[in-house]
Amino acid sequence: MGHLTLHNACKSFGTVDVIRDVTLEVQDGEFCVFVGPSGCGKSTLLRMIAGLEDITSGDIRIDGQLVNTTPPSQREIAMVFQSYALYPHLNVRDNMGLGLKQAGQPKAQIAESVDRAAGMLDLGSYLTRRPGELSGGQRQRVAIGRAIVRKPKLFLFDEPLSNLDAALRVQTRIEIANLHRELGATMVYVTHDQVEAMTLADRIVVLRDGRIEQVGAPMELYNNPANEFVAGFIGSPKMNFLDAPALGAVGKSMGVRPEHITLADSGAGIDGRVSHVEHLGGETLVYVNADPHGLVTVRLFGEHAYAVNDSLVMRPDMARAFHFDDTGQRLHPASA
Amino acid sequence: MTSARANMGRSAAAHAILIAYTVLALYPVFLILINSVKGRRAIFNDPLSLPTAETFDPIGFQTVLEQGNFLLYFQNSLIVTVASLFFVLLFGAMAAFALAEYRFRGNLLMALYLALGIMIPIRLGTVAILEIMVAAGLVNTLTSLVLVYTAQGLPLAVFILSEFMRQVSDDLKNAARIDGLSEYRIFFTIALPLVRPAMATVAVFTMIPIWNDLWFPLILAPGEATKTLTLGSQIFLGQYVTDWNAVLAALSLAIFPVVVLYLIFSRQLIRGITKGAVK
Repeated sequence: MGHLTLHNACKSFGTVDVIRDVTLEVQDGEFCVFVGPSGCGKSTLLRMIAGLEDITSGDIRIDGQLVNTTPPSQREIAMVFQSYALYPHLNVRDNMGLGLKQAGQPKAQIAESVDRAAGMLDLGSYLTRRPGELSGGQRQRVAIGRAIVRKPKLFLFDEPLSNLDAALRVQTRIEIANLHRELGATMVYVTHDQVEAMTLADRIVVLRDGRIEQVGAPMELYNNPANEFVAGFIGSPKMNFLDAPALGAVGKSMGVRPEHITLADSGAGIDGRVSHVEHLGGETLVYVNADPHGLVTVRLFGEHAYAVNDSLVMRPDMARAFHFDDTGQRLHPASA
Repeated sequence: MTSARANMGRSAAAHAILIAYTVLALYPVFLILINSVKGRRAIFNDPLSLPTAETFDPIGFQTVLEQGNFLLYFQNSLIVTVASLFFVLLFGAMAAFALAEYRFRGNLLMALYLALGIMIPIRLGTVAILEIMVAAGLVNTLTSLVLVYTAQGLPLAVFILSEFMRQVSDDLKNAARIDGLSEYRIFFTIALPLVRPAMATVAVFTMIPIWNDLWFPLILAPGEATKTLTLGSQIFLGQYVTDWNAVLAALSLAIFPVVVLYLIFSRQLIRGITKGAVK
C-alpha cells in the first residue's frame, strides 16, 4: 500500500533536461522529502509522480504497477499545493468531496469521509464556508483534508507551507507530522526549506540540477554528507567552508559547521575579527572575518558578550570537520 | 488634515473631468432622444431645445411602428447579435484555454495566426465571403451573418482571453485533474468563472460593432425577412427626402437593447474587478 519506485526517470522540456536519471525507491509508509534550491527540478519530479507532467523516459511505479501513462486521477494519489488550489466556487465540504463525487461514490459515504477528515483537522465548523472566507492556515488545512478524504496510496505535498507565516508554518508542520503518524501513509514532500526537510523526513532526497545528490536519513546527511553541496545545504546556519591549504588540511576546502567552532581570546587557532553578532537568547551567532577564509559563522549556545571589531581566535573541532576536493567531492583522509 | 483636503480637491478635479467627458459623450445620444419626440418643423427650427407641449409629436415612433416590419428587424438584430456573441465567447474562450494551457508544437504560431485577424479587416474579404455564402446557399439567412460576425469577433476574443487564461492558477487546474475532472469540466467549471470579467470586456467589444453593422446585412442578407435594424432604418433615409422623425425614433429604439446588454456585462465587469481588489 503506497510503495513508489522511480527507475531512470528523465524529463526534458525541448532540449533542456530538467530531471536526469532519477532512480529512487520510497517504502510503504515512509515520509520522503525532496529538497534542493529553486530550479533543481524537485517540483517537476513531484508532478511527474502525480502524472501532471509526462515522463520523457524511465519508469514510475506505484505499488509495482507501471503508471507512466496513467492519468492523475487513476494513480490513487492526492496532492497538496503551495497555493492551496481550492475551488473558489465550492464550499469546504464540496471542495473536499469533489474527488469522491467524481469517482462515483454514494453521497452518504462521501459525507462520512469528509466529516472524518474535517474532525482530524478541526475543520468541523467551517464546512459550509467558501475558501474566500477562510484564513491562509485554514485553507491549507482544507487542502490537506481534501487529500485525506481520497484515501490515497500516496500523499504528495508541493511546498505546502511556503505561503504561511512563520508561526503558522511551525504549527502546520507539526500537524503534518502527526497526520503521518496517524495515517501511516506514504508521503512525498517537496520543499526548499531544509528545516522542514530535517524535521519531517524519514528520508531526505537532496536534488541539484535534476540529479539526486544524496539520499539518507536527516542525521545521516548532517553527519555524513557525500559532497560539498549537500554539506552546505543541510544544516542551519550554513556550514563554513574554510580554505584547506591555509590550514594545512587535505583537499581544497574544509567544512566546519557553525556549532563545531569554539572561540577564544588568544592562543592557537584561526585569527579573526568580529564583523557582526546576532543575539537570539538561546544562542548567539558570531560572524567572524578571517583571512583567507572569508566570513565564518560561529554558533554559540547561550548568551555571549562579543562585540563588533573584537579580535579573537577560532578553534574548529577537527574531528567533526569535512574535507572536499576541487570538484566538491568528499575526501576521507585516513587521519579524520 | 491637509492631505485629506488635498485628496478632496484632487478627487473633485477628477470628478469634474469625468463628468465633463460623460456629458460630451452622452450629449449626441440625448439630442437623438429629445428630437425623436419632436415634430419635423421643431427639429429643424430649434434642434437643441427640449420638446414642449407644442412641439411634442410622436409621429416618428408612429411611422416606425406602423412600418410593420420594425419588430421583425429588431428581432433579427437581436438574434444575430446574441448568437454571434455566444459563439465568439464560447469558441474564443476554448481556443484561449487551449493556447494557454497546452504545450504543443506550433502553439505560438497558432496564437499569432489567430491574432492576425485583429489587423486585417474582415471587410477586405467581402467578395470571397459573398461567393462562399452563395455557394453554400446561405444568402439572405441570419446564419450567414452569425457566421461572419463570429469570424470577425474571434481574433480579438482569443487574443484577450488567452492572456487571462494564462493567469488562471495552474495548481487549481492540476488539483481538478487529480480529482478526476475532465478537461471540459475544468474549462467550464473552473477556468470560465475565473475569467468572467475578461469575458464581459470581450462581450462588450464584440457586441457593439455587430449591432451597428450595416455592411454585411446589406450585402449578405438584404431580404425583407432578414433585414437587421440598422439596415431596416435605411428606408427612412431617402436620396431626396429623409424622414428625420422616423430615423431618430428608430435610432432611439435601437439604443435600448445595447444599453441593456451593456448593463448586464458591465455589472460582471465591475464585480470581477472589485472581487480581485478587495478579496
